[in-house]
Amino acid sequence: MATETLTIGKALNTGLRRALENDPKVIIMGEDVGKLGGVFRITDGLQKDFGDQRVIDTPLAESGIIGTAVGLAIRGYRPVCEIQFDGFVYPAYDQIVSQVAKMHYRSGGRLSIPMVIRIPFGGGIGAVEHHSESPEAYFAHTAGLKVVTCSNPQDAYVMIQQAIASDDPIVFLEPKRRYWEKGQVDLDAPLSDAYPLHSARVVRPGTDATVLAYGPMVRTCLEAATAAAEDGRELEVIDLRSLSPLDLTAAYESVKRTGRAVVVHEAPSNIGLGAELAARITEECFYSLESPVLRVTGFDIPYPAARVEEEFLPDLDRVLDAVDRTFGW
Amino acid sequence: MAKGDPGGTTRSRRATPRSRKGAAGDPALVQLLTPEGERIDSATGPDGTEYRVDFTDEEYRGLYRDLVLVRKLDAEATALQRQGELGLWASLLGQEAAQVGSGRALRTQDMAFPTYREHGVLYCRGIDPIMPLGLFRGVDQGGWDPNEFKFNMYTIVIGAQTLHATGYAMGITIDGKTGTDDGEAAIAYFGDGATSQGDVNEAFVWASVFNAPLVFFCQNNQYAISEPLERQTRVPLYQRAAGFGFPGVRVDGNDVLATYAVTRTALDNARLGQGPSLIEAYTYRMGAHTTSDDPTRYRIASEVEAWQAKDPIARVKVFLEKQKIADADFFAEIDEQARRESVHLRERVLAMPDPEPVTMFDHVYPNGSPLLDEQRAKFSRYMESFEGSAH
Ligand SMILES: Cc1ncc(C[n+]2csc(CCOP(=O)(O)OP(=O)(O)O)c2C)c(N)n1
Repeated sequence: MATETLTIGKALNTGLRRALENDPKVIIMGEDVGKLGGVFRITDGLQKDFGDQRVIDTPLAESGIIGTAVGLAIRGYRPVCEIQFDGFVYPAYDQIVSQVAKMHYRSGGRLSIPMVIRIPFGGGIGAVEHHSESPEAYFAHTAGLKVVTCSNPQDAYVMIQQAIASDDPIVFLEPKRRYWEKGQVDLDAPLSDAYPLHSARVVRPGTDATVLAYGPMVRTCLEAATAAAEDGRELEVIDLRSLSPLDLTAAYESVKRTGRAVVVHEAPSNIGLGAELAARITEECFYSLESPVLRVTGFDIPYPAARVEEEFLPDLDRVLDAVDRTFGW
Repeated sequence: MAKGDPGGTTRSRRATPRSRKGAAGDPALVQLLTPEGERIDSATGPDGTEYRVDFTDEEYRGLYRDLVLVRKLDAEATALQRQGELGLWASLLGQEAAQVGSGRALRTQDMAFPTYREHGVLYCRGIDPIMPLGLFRGVDQGGWDPNEFKFNMYTIVIGAQTLHATGYAMGITIDGKTGTDDGEAAIAYFGDGATSQGDVNEAFVWASVFNAPLVFFCQNNQYAISEPLERQTRVPLYQRAAGFGFPGVRVDGNDVLATYAVTRTALDNARLGQGPSLIEAYTYRMGAHTTSDDPTRYRIASEVEAWQAKDPIARVKVFLEKQKIADADFFAEIDEQARRESVHLRERVLAMPDPEPVTMFDHVYPNGSPLLDEQRAKFSRYMESFEGSAH
């Protein structure tokens, strides 16, 4: 087993490289993805090795990136589009929700748009405005799209390849503040044996309360669980991985055991993923719940100035505080 | 011909390779058949390209047949809407020549990306004309296979398809399918209103910098619902192309011969690797925008009458008669064929069944979704809970 220690960023880069190697129809496109290797260097070195028809530096036009990728997909290609930052996906929003998402349905299944839209998302890097947003609910709300996110290098490496191999159009959210975090990656395990793309995973077993998170918040929640354990509480942490479709099998099973659930995400709470998760868990686990499902989220404001983002983002204390409250009911 | 009327200014045979301006700055139209049914041997575009066609009598008659059939089927669809059989219809009345001319210029391997009004192009692609009626009746989303017929789905969101066409054309290049005998090209249809959209302008940028084998085919029918051309642009639309770095040409969109010639040339250029071009087919929408629109609120009768005189079908008929390419029997036969086909269309539309409700859950994802499966199953159980329900 060829395991290597890689950052999430490098794991994504390696996964993209594998996808380009394995399928000549895979095309990477976006702003600055070629020579520069992307502003986060996720596509570093790929144009050099695969040429500028496989790794395409595009004009500065987000709707153009997605819209032309639709045409390439109709032509039989598998475009992997990079949106430079979360806050710049909105000019492409129409193409994503009206075209990418609906093409299969509108064509009665005759056309597929096997496209991956990679978006570095979320805050925590001290960026200027429009560089720290969490747009997942917009996309998860849209039928025809699938939305996934990774939280560690192994998943990053595998999930990006699974997303590219899938015939479904997938919004692939990359937790940008975690790009530099390292972990073990098994580079040789065949994709066919990999953990399914749309399955959630228990990343820390526990008995007293269930914490649900995804992307950048998984690590925060794991740290919270470590802290809670010192206080004698065993939290079960679930990495959702797939935001659409949601896989709640593990969550239901877990909440039925623990009787308590806390959902954590960076995005604002209003009409967000947390609301959906709370509703579903309540429907499915009503008689097992000891307390209401609680949410720990960003506030319902535009992403604030960087000097106060630590207060905006859910942190260890806010997660632990919510856990405390579920025990106080 | 009125002064400043672009339809009347082109008469040259060996025109200088310059754009000739008509009165009031109106650029000359590329025209090969005047509204009076006079043939013009050749016409010159703004970049000096010379356009001509060389059809056999049989081909002339075929074009006439196409025009008449397309108009008749469109009229039948309008009537069906009036009788409540379609929810809506976007008529092509007046735009037959633009659509048949460009549609017949396409080769089998070329891919077309239409809006919602391209029933004439759809017909030229060999698609059963009932197909778009399913969409407007609300029984399906348009039932043809885009890959089989090389004619993509109708696109309602204005301008979105121009980007799809551009990406598709980039794919043609990557596939190495330009510059060869079996070369391919793509064509994107859109209206004058669409030229204001960001997507169309992005498509111009992309097609240009990637030298995409693509023809942008704008049917300037003078209105976007109620808004006249002046609300979209202060520059003749074909001239926009220059700013993006590719040729633009304005053709008499009511002239099936010129539209054919201009589109064929543009497609061939694209196929040969010479990149994109923009065709502005200068035409007029004779009817309402759609059946839910009232054009008397925003345009005057005299304008409509002026365009009536430039009817795309009448001029072909005069030409065929004068040249003795077709006789009264032929015209009667075409009318009869059109009548039969429209009756047949009507019968089939009336017989179009509503879809089974549960099929609304089909084809959301190529790979399915467990959440959707759960919802579908619940819905089925709910439908079955009704006594005597067939579902
Ligand atoms: C993005 C978008 N905005 C608004 C509409 C509503 N709408 C439908 S057709 C139309 C006018 C389009 O005019 P034009 O592009 O000139 O095409 P035409 O219908 O004249 O062929 C409008 C505003 C739409 N379909 N899509």
